Amino acid sequence: MRIFGLNRKIIRVLLGTEYAHMLEYRAEIALWALSGVLPFIMLSLWNGSDARDALGMDGVGLDRYFLSAFLVRQFSVVWMIYAFEEDALTGRLSPYLLQPLHPLWRYVASHLGEQLTRLPFAAVITAIFFLIQPNAFWLPSFGHFVLAWLATWMAFSIAFLLQSLIASLCFWSEKASALERLLFIPFLFLSGLLAPLTAFPPFVRTLAQWTPFPYLIDFPARVLAEQPVDLLAGFAIQSAWIVLLLPLVLLFWRAGVRRYSAMGA
Amino acid sequence: MRRYFKSLRRFWGTAVASQLEYQLNVVIELVAVGLSLLGSLFMLSLFFGPGRALGGWSWHEALIVQGFYTVLDGMASTWLRPNLSSIVTHVREGTLDFVLLKPIDSQFWLSLRTISPAGLPEIALGLLLVIWGGHQAGASLSPGGIAVVLLMLLAGGLILYSLWFLIAATSIWFVKTWNATEVLRAVLASGRYPVAAYPAPLRLLFTLVIPVAFLTTVPAEVVLGRASTPMLWLGLGLAVGFFVAARQFWFYALRHYTSASS
Repeated sequence: MRIFGLNRKIIRVLLGTEYAHMLEYRAEIALWALSGVLPFIMLSLWNGSDARDALGMDGVGLDRYFLSAFLVRQFSVVWMIYAFEEDALTGRLSPYLLQPLHPLWRYVASHLGEQLTRLPFAAVITAIFFLIQPNAFWLPSFGHFVLAWLATWMAFSIAFLLQSLIASLCFWSEKASALERLLFIPFLFLSGLLAPLTAFPPFVRTLAQWTPFPYLIDFPARVLAEQPVDLLAGFAIQSAWIVLLLPLVLLFWRAGVRRYSAMGA
Repeated sequence: MRRYFKSLRRFWGTAVASQLEYQLNVVIELVAVGLSLLGSLFMLSLFFGPGRALGGWSWHEALIVQGFYTVLDGMASTWLRPNLSSIVTHVREGTLDFVLLKPIDSQFWLSLRTISPAGLPEIALGLLLVIWGGHQAGASLSPGGIAVVLLMLLAGGLILYSLWFLIAATSIWFVKTWNATEVLRAVLASGRYPVAAYPAPLRLLFTLVIPVAFLTTVPAEVVLGRASTPMLWLGLGLAVGFFVAARQFWFYALRHYTSASS
């Protein structure tokens, strides 16, 4: 049985080749992993600041929160729009469109392959963090770990769908990645990557909770750091965003493909 | 020397003309700059409140640091990013050969070939923020003081350029280095806040190894009239040192350059 052109064999082959492909670029991926140090810089700022007490995270709670934010970001980062834009501009997309496999699956597979390649680097950075801050060390319980993994995976799905939505605008305008920049800015400030949402004034926090951004970092990070968080509401809202975005992406994609006139053809 | 000025005028004239073709991008850029500044100010405001300071800096003083960061970020998007990111492309596609054959200094050509006016509003906004923050913090500057501010800003710009160019030059060996500049950008983001707000080991790192301190904090200290003279000399020394290092490294890298097809 195939769902959007997928069956078990295709999944295995896709993931295998994409992982092998990403492994070739492991030096580059190490640098990408390293470029995610922003949460640690913010942590050192918050730790020395007078405003720290207002965050509602005592002792090592904040260290754990920012480490979790780093990890969640590592495994939910999405760059499909850049790959897609290049494929669309160079005409590489055309053969993908002819295949019975939905082209988006290809990008999903390369992200999963990249995450697997990233895993050892993220582990090394985590180990260094614990060497510097040994008393922040914790092992989440198995239940929390699974929930955090699930939340991160859902965060990745939301981010991926959001970017696919913009990417499908590439069919209309060649420079849709400029729009991605506009999406990244609210993400950066509202997701909880730079400060936990409890630091925000109530009005901004309420506003942020109506956007998908806090569910991309803040919610999964809180689950991983074992901070008090409303699990049910968090997962419900994450699912709601997925349910909302998925049909939109498919709709835009289908309309876009109809407009697509292959480059270089 | 005249040849260089003439080339520069031609370079930038054509660059501006071709940028104006994409007017929608200019609008998007403007919105992005506005949003990004708004977000940065919001993030900065979280550290403050009644009776709170950040590493001994008040809100208005920290605004000056944020302003200088915005100026340098604008400079990066007008000048550094468009030029230095194309070095990688030149190396990968072998077009660096054409650059090297030109009767003009290759570092000059690669560093100043194009300009993207979309970053200029950001520079203007940053300067406004510096002036407003300085005014509110009660700073008064003599013409001499302004000259020192500009000099330190120039030194900061030179340090930023040299760091960026050093990394871009490694593409001679590694080809794909634009993610190395991503690491640099992530670290440079620490310049949004006064360096005194960081713990001691990071302060040392940001002063001597990756001199972020001289990009934003030191110019802000000059505005507030509390910069120490040794720091200023250290900043100027580092700027010259980094620039010489970048230049020497470029010559060294060129000796290892084997064209793309060979």
